[in-house]
Amino acid sequence: MSEVEKRHVVTLEINGVRRNAEVEPRKLLVHLIREDFGLTGTHVGCDTSQCGACTVELDGQAIKSCTVLAVMADGASITTIEGVSPVASRLDAVQTAFHEHHALQCGFCTPGMVMSVRQLLRDHPDANEDDIRHGIAGNICRCTGYHNIVRAVESLVAKD
Amino acid sequence: MIPSAFGYVRASSLANAIDLLRQDPEGTRLVAGGHTLIPTLKLRLASPALLVDIRGIADMRGISIDDKAIRIGALTTHAELLASQQLNDVFPIFRQTATRIADPQVRNRGTIGGSIANADPAADWPAVVIALNAELEIVGPTGSRRVPAKDFFVDIFTTVLEPAEVLAAIHLRRPTLGARFIYRKIRHPASGYAVVGVAVGLRMEDGLVAEMSIGVTGAASHAFSGDAATRFLMAKPLSHESIEEAAKLVSEATECLSDRYASAEYRASLVRTETKRALLSLAA
Amino acid sequence: MNAPLPPYVGQPVKRREDFKFLTGKGRYVDDIKLPGMLYMAIARSPHAHAIIKNVDLGPARASPGVRLVLAGKDLDGRIGPIVPNWIIPGSRVPFRPVIAIDRVRFVGECVALVVAETLAQAYDAVDLIDVEYGVLPAVTDETAAIRDDAPQLHENVAGNVTTIYRVRGGDYAKAAQEADQVIQLRIANNRLIPTCMETRSVIAAPDPDDTLTVYMPSQVPHMHRRWIAETVGIPEHRLRVVAPDIGGGFGAKMHLYPEELLCPYLARELGVPVKWWESRSESHQSTSHGRAHTETIEVAIRNDGTILGMKVDTLGNVGAYLSNMATGGPTVNTVNFGTGNYKIANYEATSRIVVTNTVPVDAYRGYGRPEGAYIAERAIDAVARHLNIDQVEIRRKNFIQRTDFPYRPYGSMGTIYDTGNYDGLLEKALAAFDYEARCTEREALRRHGIYRGIGVAAYTHMCGMAPSRRLAMSGFDRGGWESARVAIDSSGRATVYSGSMSQGHGHVTSLSQIAADVLQIPIENIDVIQGDTRQVQAGHGTFNSRSMAVGGSSLHVCSQQIVAKAKKIAAGMLEVDEKDVAYSAGQFSVPGTDITPLSFAKVARMAYVGHKLPDGVAPGLDETVFYDPTGMSAPSGVHLAYVEVDPETGIVTILDYVAVDDVGTLINPMLAQGQIHGGVVQGIAQALYEEVSYDPDSGQLLTGSLLDYAVPRAEHVPNITSLFQETPSPTNPIGVKGIGESGSIAAPPCMVHAVLDALAPFGITHLDMPLTPPRIWAAVQRARNGANQ
Repeated sequence: MSEVEKRHVVTLEINGVRRNAEVEPRKLLVHLIREDFGLTGTHVGCDTSQCGACTVELDGQAIKSCTVLAVMADGASITTIEGVSPVASRLDAVQTAFHEHHALQCGFCTPGMVMSVRQLLRDHPDANEDDIRHGIAGNICRCTGYHNIVRAVESLVAKD
Repeated sequence: MIPSAFGYVRASSLANAIDLLRQDPEGTRLVAGGHTLIPTLKLRLASPALLVDIRGIADMRGISIDDKAIRIGALTTHAELLASQQLNDVFPIFRQTATRIADPQVRNRGTIGGSIANADPAADWPAVVIALNAELEIVGPTGSRRVPAKDFFVDIFTTVLEPAEVLAAIHLRRPTLGARFIYRKIRHPASGYAVVGVAVGLRMEDGLVAEMSIGVTGAASHAFSGDAATRFLMAKPLSHESIEEAAKLVSEATECLSDRYASAEYRASLVRTETKRALLSLAA
Repeated sequence: MNAPLPPYVGQPVKRREDFKFLTGKGRYVDDIKLPGMLYMAIARSPHAHAIIKNVDLGPARASPGVRLVLAGKDLDGRIGPIVPNWIIPGSRVPFRPVIAIDRVRFVGECVALVVAETLAQAYDAVDLIDVEYGVLPAVTDETAAIRDDAPQLHENVAGNVTTIYRVRGGDYAKAAQEADQVIQLRIANNRLIPTCMETRSVIAAPDPDDTLTVYMPSQVPHMHRRWIAETVGIPEHRLRVVAPDIGGGFGAKMHLYPEELLCPYLARELGVPVKWWESRSESHQSTSHGRAHTETIEVAIRNDGTILGMKVDTLGNVGAYLSNMATGGPTVNTVNFGTGNYKIANYEATSRIVVTNTVPVDAYRGYGRPEGAYIAERAIDAVARHLNIDQVEIRRKNFIQRTDFPYRPYGSMGTIYDTGNYDGLLEKALAAFDYEARCTEREALRRHGIYRGIGVAAYTHMCGMAPSRRLAMSGFDRGGWESARVAIDSSGRATVYSGSMSQGHGHVTSLSQIAADVLQIPIENIDVIQGDTRQVQAGHGTFNSRSMAVGGSSLHVCSQQIVAKAKKIAAGMLEVDEKDVAYSAGQFSVPGTDITPLSFAKVARMAYVGHKLPDGVAPGLDETVFYDPTGMSAPSGVHLAYVEVDPETGIVTILDYVAVDDVGTLINPMLAQGQIHGGVVQGIAQALYEEVSYDPDSGQLLTGSLLDYAVPRAEHVPNITSLFQETPSPTNPIGVKGIGESGSIAAPPCMVHAVLDALAPFGITHLDMPLTPPRIWAAVQRARNGANQ
């Protein structure tokens, strides 16, 4: 039987960089990302896995990093909003569409929303409006009323 | 937002997990997807001493399909069930149900085993596995056993699982030719859980009901099987009248839950409406 | 994308602030980590009403990492009490300590605090705080709280009513006598949780020069500086409030909360930075709620649909204590506007402010105007339904006419609608909605058992409460002005310091559009600074849809002063008389001469080198303006909704939503539409989804997290057609009216009317928000059972 250790070392790849940290088992992945790695673009908006502000990609899939223990992400590859654009000084296609369509206001939900839209476009490259509204159902935005987010995603579908 | 402190180990095998559970059944919780457990820990509504991570247990992973039966490992995520073409070729109800569970991010982590074993009265899979006449593979200190899904759910968050037992897999028989399944769900606007969910299976032969099954979730303290309605419709033709009567029987099968959002009367009415609509669409 | 060209005002200029938010570089308070920072966590009352018998802090003090544990009595006399900023004359103000001392009055009230080295350690220690309570009976509902036998919350607030406010015009009693009929309604305005996606957070950090910097998501940084200074006892000039990026405010981030006082106090006591961060579930019981009214309405009518008079009784539930503006919301902000867009000469309203054992209620997007419009619109819709008059016709018949402006509703002395064209709004909305075709379709589908409904709602808002002397009359302890500073550097580029405070509104873009047009320089050459009391001279902040009308106007005037001074300098450089200098396309020229024009940049450089300035002109090109408007602007609008209701499940599907809003001069139509979209969805949320509920007996908060409080998601709401009508406001130099709150004012009555219209075949004439499926289903059941009897 393995011994119950107080602290665990986790090693993971984040935005292409290999990092490790020593964590308590209770530490949430979102706190590892924000506090230990200083990547504060991933936000905490709730405590019941409803809002999606903490959405990141774990091994290529959008997940809510507030509902994953850091120890459970050991060995994973993670992409956060900071790693979305291949060129740090430029916006990628999803980010550009958000800008063009005024799909953000306060910006707090935006990083999580962008991560979810990436998943949506992978799953439904030809998404219609229903697919889009369904696909971002895991992210709450309180500012935009979603209208312009839907327009932004539609523009990405239309381009394909 | 931050759980109380706990220990964490990765189970090396199913036997290892069972052994850990046996040592301290009260203080030990299994974690896989974690999508019910972790929010509960964050709100400090539970404070286990030890979490046992079971994601590495190979026996509990994957979907295997042969010409007679299907085995779904308990660790299979909602997203995997949604994406499996092979599974959905046989049972399209998996995709139909999975797309109605929570949201994409939750579906990428949450597992069917967690949904069933946790026995949230408003979880979706319990209704579906009942309607599919699934058998649940349970492994414990003394070996394994299989329990029909409709006998698995006992009460709110309570199942037939003994303290050191683990739900390892879901077993399904391939459906008879012509059998069709549907899941209808009214979602709670905040939680996304089922206010009521009704899964119905139906096979007609020569214009008469030859096979039928109904699983209901959300309505009562635990998911249940609409046996009275099934008995009523068996060997009968489907008509508006018979469907109405069957739907009524399902809605009267149990005492419905009442909460701040929805009354027992409303839930009972939804069970009836959704059962009716499910049968009408299967009959069409 | 090509860069936009001037004039910028009126163009959909893309947001200049987007890049940082899209790349995760936005900086919110929770992103700030200072060396040596400690973490505060709060122990909160689990009871709605109880005596604190004993507080045992011992085990918490012994918990690992804990630096300090305090209860209410430890702070008694040191900081506080918390006093409201708006006190309607005659109000009785209950004593509110920062931390409860001997009695708690709502679930979530602070009872003790822990400061520890990590947030986890602080939470662990909070769990060890043992408070012995003597539970008292609680009351959560405003109608129950005013009963004779209701539990009493405060010794100085007899009957739980802090304030009674009356407004009247004409003679309602006479109108009621002369009326053919008097109809009555009782409506509830459901309690809401504002739900900014960024919860509140505070960091207070002592600086080596004996100043204290407080980082907080404040809509009103300068007002917070004053309130914190006064309540904690810090010289105001030694306090710096920094509001970095804010994840939504909606009114909730403009009040004074205990945590905003505790962190500064503790940081000074401990000499290190102290941080508090609010979890979402904590937020549900610690950040102000909104709405929470009950209204009783009488409408005196003629049978032809003429409204002779109206009488309103409002009960405003403000929770356990008077939050900042609590006495003003259900009174001045609500019942003054109870007649809406209609000519109703005889009006009488009484509003009572009621304390209950619930979270304090304060401003939330529209504060009072959604409640006021709900009164007016539900009333006129009820009249239409009662008399079987088309819902559009009844509005046309009673609308204030274009020629009536400026209009004083019911002959009011204080309330003036500056401009409007309600018929124009209505016609534009009907055309966009294709009203006639929809009516035909609705009738046809009803025959097939498909229940569709059309909702109409009109509203008039009033923005930018001003002038300052008017605020004094209503008991408001602040001014109505806004300040702007424009600092031109020696290259001719501008930095704007605005007292307004963006919380996602896009002020960097909209304010620089205003400045760029006056300064006639490229928008890229303008930076906008907000949210730092050490950088921004003064201000009131952003609320009441005031930022463009007041903040934008102050910037406009300030920019004009820059141009005026630059013109003087240019005249000196060109050696001509100032009055001969023209400024156009960024060039100072002398029309009718061949004198080579001077660029703005050259003049700016001269201002700073000072080599050739005219006599009496000081060096520098840097102006500050405090702008106090003469009056308030009155945006208005007409919204239409089309819904389908499934009577078997009660589920509402929104098929279409059209909003036509008159916001005066549009600064940026893209941002304006964004405000409408967001506001409408918050209004739809109130109408269909959101409601705070309390257990009426125990006073427990039943919607304690986002698992049970239903904030809408993308799949819950429709696309929104947002159109505008521009009737410039004469109350400010740019003709602008507010926009931020319009959607949340119009959408609730519009949605309710649509659903009631869909349910008309069942004879259902009233439902209280939110119109959830179970509630609609129950009404249909009652109607069917009634019909069967």
